[in-house]
Amino acid sequence: MKRILVSIKRVVDYNVRIRVKPDGTGVITDGVKMSVNPFDEIALEEALRIKEKGLAEEVVAVSIGPADCQQQLRTALAMGADRAVHVQTDAIIEPGTAARLMHKLAEREQVMLAVLGKQAIDDDCNQTGQMLAALWGRPQATFASKVEINGDKALVTREVDAGLETVEIDLPAVITADLRLNEPRYVKLPDIMKAKKKPLETIEPAALGVTPVERLKAVKFEPPAQRSKGVMVKDVQELVTALRGKSLV
Amino acid sequence: MSKILIVAEHAGGKLNPVIAKCVHCAAGIAGAEIHLAVFAADAASVAAQAAQIAGVAKVITVTHADHANPLAATVAPQLAELAQGYTLVFGPSTTFGKDLMPRVAALLDAPQASDIMAAESATRFKRPIYAGNAIITVEVEAGTRVVATVRTASFEAAGAAATPAPIEAATLSATLPTHTRFVSVTSARSDRPDLQTAKKVVSGGRALASADNFKILYSLADKMGAAVGASRAAVDAGYAANDMQVGQTGKIIAPDIYLAFGISGAIQHLTGIKDARTIVAINKDPEAPIFEVADYGLVGDLFQVVPEFEKLISSGS
Repeated sequence: MKRILVSIKRVVDYNVRIRVKPDGTGVITDGVKMSVNPFDEIALEEALRIKEKGLAEEVVAVSIGPADCQQQLRTALAMGADRAVHVQTDAIIEPGTAARLMHKLAEREQVMLAVLGKQAIDDDCNQTGQMLAALWGRPQATFASKVEINGDKALVTREVDAGLETVEIDLPAVITADLRLNEPRYVKLPDIMKAKKKPLETIEPAALGVTPVERLKAVKFEPPAQRSKGVMVKDVQELVTALRGKSLV
Repeated sequence: MSKILIVAEHAGGKLNPVIAKCVHCAAGIAGAEIHLAVFAADAASVAAQAAQIAGVAKVITVTHADHANPLAATVAPQLAELAQGYTLVFGPSTTFGKDLMPRVAALLDAPQASDIMAAESATRFKRPIYAGNAIITVEVEAGTRVVATVRTASFEAAGAAATPAPIEAATLSATLPTHTRFVSVTSARSDRPDLQTAKKVVSGGRALASADNFKILYSLADKMGAAVGASRAAVDAGYAANDMQVGQTGKIIAPDIYLAFGISGAIQHLTGIKDARTIVAINKDPEAPIFEVADYGLVGDLFQVVPEFEKLISSGS
C-alpha cells in the first residue's frame, strides 16, 4: 500500500506568550493551550492532498511523547489521517531520538514518503526530518513550498536563502514542510466525531528498539535580553534629524 | 585543544560572508584549532577567500563535479567522513547549513545544537527557543562530538589574517548518492546588498497592500544603499519574494539600522531583528507591538512617510 508517514508534535500554541520560570528550570507550560505544531499541520495537509489526488492510499500520523499527545493525534485524525501511532514516553525526546523512532516506523510501515514540519515552534531545532533521511539513507527535500509526485520520483521546490530551489528526489524520501506549502483545512465537527472511531495504536519506544537518550542537557533557561523602548518622534523631519545625528542615514 | 571544522558555504565562486562570523564564534572556544572545509566543483577561488579569515589554521578542499550545486544528501557523507578527526562541526544557520548539518549529525551519531548564539566552551552552548522568547543553555558530557549551526546574527565577522592559512585537498572514500538531483534555482536577483549581511535594511509589511507598492521601498532602499526585507504577512500575500522574509522562519539579521514600514511586530518577526543596532518603526497603529522594541517610532501613514523620508535624506536637510 502507498503510505505516507506524518509527524504530529504537541507544542505550546502559537499564540501563547512564553514565559521562563523564575527559577530558570524551564518555561511555564502549566495550564497553557497546547496544539499541533503548525508546520506539522502543513505537513499533514500536504499528505492528505497527495492522497486525495490518488497518489497515496493511507496517511499515518505519528506523535512521540506523554499521554496527552493523543489529543493532537485526534486532531490529525479529524483532519483526515487514516490512523495514528502514539509512541508513548515521558522521556525527553531530542531530535535524534525522534528521528530514530520515525525511521523504525517508516521501515515498519514501508512508506513512500515521510512528511514532517520543517521545525517545531517550541525547540526550534529544525533537525528531525534531515536526521530521519540520513538514518534511512534516503533523499531529503527540506523547506518545501511545492511538491509534485511523479511515479517513483518527486519534484520539490524549496525555500532557500537565494530564492527557490528545485530538486528531484527518488522515493521513498523525506519532505519537510515550509509555511507556504499549503493552507491547512479547518476541522469540522462531524470529522471530530468520526476521528474518535479511527484506529490509534499506542506503543513504547522499546517496542521499536529505541531507547531515548538525552545528550544535550538543559542547564538553564533565561528570558532574552529586552530591548528598551525608544522614543516616539512627531514627524519625519525629527526622525531624519535623529538618524542623521547617529550617521545612520 | 578543540579541533573545530566549519563548512564554508559559497555560491557563484564567492565565500558566504557569514562564514567569517562562524569563525568568530568558534575562535571564542579555548584552545580552538579551526579548519574550514570547501565542497565545490572548483574550490580554488573560495578556498583562497576562506584562507584569508583570521583564526583559520587550515582550509580543506573537497572537489567533486556534483558539488557545482552542493546538496545536503551529497555533501553529508563526505563531511561526516572528514569530521571524524574533529570534536566540533559547525555550519552557518542559513538554509544551506540548516539542511546539511542535521544530516551530518545523524551520520556521526552526534547531537546537534541549532542556532547557537554563544559557545561558552566546547561542551556548553546557548541557543534561542520559542522564537527567541527564551534562551536555553545546553551542555554535553566532555569529549562528546557536537554538531552545531551558528546563529550568525549573534557574531561579528572575524577579521583578515596577516598571512593566509594553508590550503589542502582532501581525498575521501565516501560514495555520493545519486537519489537527489539539483534541478534549478531561481532568485529575484538584484544589485541591492544581501539581506543577511546588509548594514541597512528597509522592510515592509502587509500595510504595503500590493507588490506594486513595494516599489516605494525599493526606491528608498536604493537611495540608502539598503537591502529590502518583508514580514511573513507581506510574503504570504505575494507582495514580496520568499527570500525577503525576516523572522523566526525567515532570515535572522543584525543590521546597523532596520526601518520597518507597516509591520505590526509579531513575536515571530521581532525574533529576526532583535540584534539590529537601531530599529525604526513607522506604523499607522499607535498600539502596534513593534513600537515596544523600536528605538525610534513614528505613528503615520507609510505612503506619506516613505516619500517624505526619501526626499529629506536625499536633500540633506
